[in-house]
Amino acid sequence: MSAKTLTRADLAEAVVRKVGLPRNESQELVELVLNEISSSLSRGEAVKLSSFGSFGIRSKGERIGRNPKTGKEVPITPRRVLVFRPSNIMKDRINAGLSQSEKG
Amino acid sequence: MSSSGPTVIKSELIQKIAVSNPHLYHRDVERIVNVVFDEIVDALARGDRVELRGFGAFTVKHRAARQGRNPRTGAPVPVAEKFVPFFKTGKELRDRLNGDEVSA
Repeated sequence: MSAKTLTRADLAEAVVRKVGLPRNESQELVELVLNEISSSLSRGEAVKLSSFGSFGIRSKGERIGRNPKTGKEVPITPRRVLVFRPSNIMKDRINAGLSQSEKG
Repeated sequence: MSSSGPTVIKSELIQKIAVSNPHLYHRDVERIVNVVFDEIVDALARGDRVELRGFGAFTVKHRAARQGRNPRTGAPVPVAEKFVPFFKTGKELRDRLNGDEVSA
């Protein structure tokens, strides 16, 4: 169907509508929620949101990569990456929504 | 499957936000956090994507039905099509994860 892209503004709008806070404040709060999650993750803490999913950190060691264009070997420095694991509730809600609406 | 180390759960996230917003009822902070994440799941279940600049983007990938195999018996098993939620970390957050705290 019409694949839209939601942004922060849409999340803030939902807070206005469902919690009844002013728009400015709703925008700030959405930002604060994302910021708190980012801060926890950058401190190396995992974040678990029941019924949504969990964000975790993986530490990757150094490895040798290859520039796909030139074929030259380049070292990939050690880094931390974020992994998101959706909850079963999230997966179920998405599958319930999409398997009936799309191709039926 | 969970990463080792400390974990922040939803109630702790709510608590942090409540502390920095003493003018809000605790109950409302709870609703705000829930609205934000419910809204994301609702969007994905409609087939939309959610893009939060600097944080990351949530999308849904479609996995077609396929013929699987029971690894123990080798018997073929039909696997139904499914939709899998997917998160791609935003650039700003990715950089933040690899900021001052990690030193090689």
